Amino acid sequence: MFDKLQNSRNALGLIFMMPAAILLVLFLTYPLGLGVWLGFTDAKVGRAGEWVGFENYVFLATDSVTQLALFNTLFYTTIASVLKFFLGLWLALLLNRNLRLKSFFRAVILLPYIVPTALSAIAFWWLFDAQFSVISWVLVKMGIIDTYIDFLGSPWNARFSVIAANVWRGVPFVAITLLAGLQTISPSYYEASAIDGATPWQQFRYVTLPLLTPIIAVVMTFSVLFTFTDFQLIYVITRGGPLNATHLMATLSFQRAISGGALGEGAAISIAMVPFLLAAIMFSYFGLQRRVWQQGGGDK
Amino acid sequence: MSSDAKAVNTATAESADSTGMSFLETNRRKIFATYLPLGGFLFVLLFPFYWMGITAFKPNNELLSREGNPFWVNSPTLAHVKKLLFDTAYPEWMWNTVLVSVTSTFFSLAASVFAAYAIERLRFSGAKQVGLAIFLAYLVPPSILFIPLASVVFQLGLFDTRLALILTYPTFLIPFCTWLLMGYFRSIPFELEECALIDGASRWQILTKIVLPLAVPGLISAGIFAFTLSWNEFIYALTFVSSSELKTLPVGVVTELVEGDVYHWGSLMAGALFGSLPVAFIYSFFVEYYVSGMTGSVKE
Repeated sequence: MFDKLQNSRNALGLIFMMPAAILLVLFLTYPLGLGVWLGFTDAKVGRAGEWVGFENYVFLATDSVTQLALFNTLFYTTIASVLKFFLGLWLALLLNRNLRLKSFFRAVILLPYIVPTALSAIAFWWLFDAQFSVISWVLVKMGIIDTYIDFLGSPWNARFSVIAANVWRGVPFVAITLLAGLQTISPSYYEASAIDGATPWQQFRYVTLPLLTPIIAVVMTFSVLFTFTDFQLIYVITRGGPLNATHLMATLSFQRAISGGALGEGAAISIAMVPFLLAAIMFSYFGLQRRVWQQGGGDK
Repeated sequence: MSSDAKAVNTATAESADSTGMSFLETNRRKIFATYLPLGGFLFVLLFPFYWMGITAFKPNNELLSREGNPFWVNSPTLAHVKKLLFDTAYPEWMWNTVLVSVTSTFFSLAASVFAAYAIERLRFSGAKQVGLAIFLAYLVPPSILFIPLASVVFQLGLFDTRLALILTYPTFLIPFCTWLLMGYFRSIPFELEECALIDGASRWQILTKIVLPLAVPGLISAGIFAFTLSWNEFIYALTFVSSSELKTLPVGVVTELVEGDVYHWGSLMAGALFGSLPVAFIYSFFVEYYVSGMTGSVKE
């Protein structure tokens, strides 16, 4: 009996999958379904909800704070992702050159990514302090500004401040993964194109970029995904303030569901993020996926 | 000149992979186009850590003053560290974080080894679909899962326990580790297993005596990455735990060290610094594994 089990791929496969499957079904698939269900109920903390249909979503669509949070999330994601992409690509290209201490640079650059975000966010909170910010101190000493900047006090300042913190944290990830992609490009392409008289810009545009597109697609999908659902940075630095100017969908759903107790409404906000995430994934999957010629096949 | 150029040429050709055609660049150009921007990146990426470190040892009168040079400490003090260690539950948070990270990493890694081996090597019917499902599970962000997961945790009677975190962290650790290990197992030649099968080895023996020893680098990558992910986790720890002595380090520092409007910047920064050091320390020993884990996770 045991021998037979040993030889059956399906039986053995099932047993091997068990621990992972049980955990994931109980704590991932089930909650995901429960989240969709909660979004259609008026559940509160400590009280099972009743089915209310689309009431939560109808309310949220007319709620000015939710509208603002949606705008903030889109703004935050767009600006931060674009900046992370260009700065990350630049940094990757710099690191891909023939440098001394290359592995040291690479190791050090990843530091912002590996330390707990909540803790580095506290450092940014202090850097953005209205009275004692060192950034303001330097700018005042240089004579560029007269009064200290109120980084987190006014809506637009706060938005750009949290975007700066997000970019700071995200650039290393983009740079290091793109660097891994750059290192797979054979130098003979550059030599061949140089012999044909290509300028550095043309080499970048017609050799580097096309060969890098597949990895850019994956990296940016991840980056957009994590930026869109960001929570820690905002929660630590501004808690959504001032005047809800930096509230993202994730922080708003936390505020409504956990602090405010309206589980159903919070769940509805979370679920409302899903279509945007799917759109981002679909866009990068279909828009930037590996082309036939990139795998050595003929051009279509 | 010609012999020199030739020597340079062959030298670069030998180490062609990383150097490419950089020998065409002049030194001056290299400094302006490479080292200068790289220095800028390094400064911005590392400055918050310097600031964390220096703030942690600055006495309050220097912290809360606009006079003098803010970039240096005139009379360093250990008062903030002392306050952190003896007047707060900081040591307990540290212990909780270590406990939760180590156990959840260990369990996730064990479950992932079995799952990845089953998907990649046993090839039970439906293995491909399960592999895809694992990847999709990896894309589910915690910030859309925490509300329903909070209600699951509550129903199971796990609210405000460390076990809640140990059981929920695998929801993002298992998909990641499984995905990474699948890639490593794929690179181990089938022939090795076939030989062992002919010699009468059981699947269990194949897994423990052939596949796992060969996959050690992959296991280290997955383990290190999973450990830092759980050390840095914030939103679950914030939602599922409410008593001060059970909090994890990032949550404890963010929620407990701020008393009303009084910000103890010194202790906050000391808390952030000492909370970041353990991951940075472990990371410094395993940079290569960490990078390969990170770049492996975004490859298809």
